[in-house]
Amino acid sequence: MELFFRKIAQLSASLVFVILAATTIVLYLSAKPAIEEFGVKFLFESRWGEEEKVELSPTELSDLESLEADKGAPINDDFIEDDDDFIMDDEDFITDDDMEFGDNKSRVVYGALVPIVGTVFSTLIAMLFSVPIAMGIAVFLSEIAPGALAKPVGIAIELLASIPSIIYGMWGLFYFGPFIAGLFGGNTVSLLVAGLVLGIMVIPFMAALSRDAITTVPDMLKESAYAMGATKLEVIKDVVFPYARSGIIGSIILSFGRALGETMAVAFVIGGVYQFAGKVTDPTNSIPVVLANSFAESSGLSLSVLFYLALILFVLSFIVIASAKVYFLRKK
Amino acid sequence: MRLIMNRVFIVFSTFAALVGLIFLGWILFTLFSKGLQGLSFDVFTKDLIEGGLRNVIVGQIMMSGIATLIGIPVGILAGIYLQEYGANSRSTEFLRDLSDVMMSAPSIVVGTFVYAIIVVPTGHTSGWAGVLALFILMVPIIVRTTDDMLNLVPIELREAGIAIGASKYHVTMNIVVRYAKAGILTGILLAFARVVGETAPLIYTSGSSEFWSTDLTGTFPSLTVSIYNLATMPDDQMVQLGWTGAFLLTTMVLIINLLGRYASNKKRSK
Repeated sequence: MELFFRKIAQLSASLVFVILAATTIVLYLSAKPAIEEFGVKFLFESRWGEEEKVELSPTELSDLESLEADKGAPINDDFIEDDDDFIMDDEDFITDDDMEFGDNKSRVVYGALVPIVGTVFSTLIAMLFSVPIAMGIAVFLSEIAPGALAKPVGIAIELLASIPSIIYGMWGLFYFGPFIAGLFGGNTVSLLVAGLVLGIMVIPFMAALSRDAITTVPDMLKESAYAMGATKLEVIKDVVFPYARSGIIGSIILSFGRALGETMAVAFVIGGVYQFAGKVTDPTNSIPVVLANSFAESSGLSLSVLFYLALILFVLSFIVIASAKVYFLRKK
Repeated sequence: MRLIMNRVFIVFSTFAALVGLIFLGWILFTLFSKGLQGLSFDVFTKDLIEGGLRNVIVGQIMMSGIATLIGIPVGILAGIYLQEYGANSRSTEFLRDLSDVMMSAPSIVVGTFVYAIIVVPTGHTSGWAGVLALFILMVPIIVRTTDDMLNLVPIELREAGIAIGASKYHVTMNIVVRYAKAGILTGILLAFARVVGETAPLIYTSGSSEFWSTDLTGTFPSLTVSIYNLATMPDDQMVQLGWTGAFLLTTMVLIINLLGRYASNKKRSK
């Protein structure tokens, strides 16, 4: 019994590792065709689902011996185009006739640059917006508000942190998007709206974590500073923040990671078009949204490309969380 | 000058707090006003195809519930292993870090993983795929809370148990886990609340169905995915149903959270 229990417990514990390893391996294997097809260039390629003429490499030629290859058409290399005129150019398309005659090879090009840029910028907007507000709430709750107010508001913030993200997305689509469009012009779905909705979503999470970090500051430290005649600002700036620094930065990084991988709050409001947002009020796309919207209708290479995207997102968030962990650990 | 700066600072943080709270209050307000508008008896007695939400609510709870039922033993055992058997070896620390990473991994990535291992081989979406995705999401949460809660159990209790000759298994199950029961329960409730509101990992694992179903091997109805579909429809009535669903979902999540808080408060007062 004793040994049996121990073994089972050990097995359960290693399951966490197994799942994580399996996720990485499965994603990699599923993404492999796309990785082989596009390589690292995928990260800097801004076109999605467009066909282009292709010069076949010798190995590909041997694979496709039966087919003729036109070596005259070089790979179109100028992939980082101007933000504004990215929308699919019809001239780039090869007509069906070309393909039937077989004197032109074409392939469909996928690139992750648009969703990557969209993800990074929406997350940055979210952080710019949420960090000051969340810090304000955290400081307000722990240092300024009287106890009778701080407790219920604190609980409310914690409860808000648990609201499913789809609710934030829906509210963004129907109320916040039109509100922002009325304020700044532009579309009701845009990079800006997506960033702000994300920001509002992580505010309660970040505020609750930061407040927890701030309340770990020993009262004695604060009291000594007050006794020296320090003002509240000075106490918070010179005593509380330095003491709780790693906790606060950790909460920001965790919120960053959460915003980075968030799907539903963004899916409603970012627009979901493969296009750079020339202005912040233009619609664009983000990695999780591409994944959520295109999985069902994809197969073969286009599906593999999605796994490639998922792998990129996984690695990105892994790095973010790992850096938060390292930061926490250094303090301990 | 110092006092003026101090004033400015206090006003600023109060203002920031207010702005944040206004937005959050706005969300809750629309949720309640829109949600209550469409709330009627039909919502609970009819399926999605007839304009109700019965099948999707049951589907969502079934998937989250089964994921929780499988997740509880696995998560608690893993937590026990980390705290009671693994001690502080490097591999235990490594597993802890991994759980933290898994806890914050984007849920959509978990969805893609399950899609690759279940939906692609079987060729169709299924309730079990949804259950697996939710299970993967919740296990690390239960592991970490169990681990943390067991960490709070005084070492003297374990020593006392071992001193009277109890085996490690008995000490763990009858003394340590019993002591930490309320905390573990809170962890489970919070983990359940977290997965019950998940949408992203379900979209292409369980899919979404408009019909009544309790067959987990087929495409399965899901409240969150249905909310997503309804909200993006051009039909006002559908959107209204989406709001009602959103309201019910939030209420459910908030109630579970409050229950979780209640459980942990009771423990503290003991």
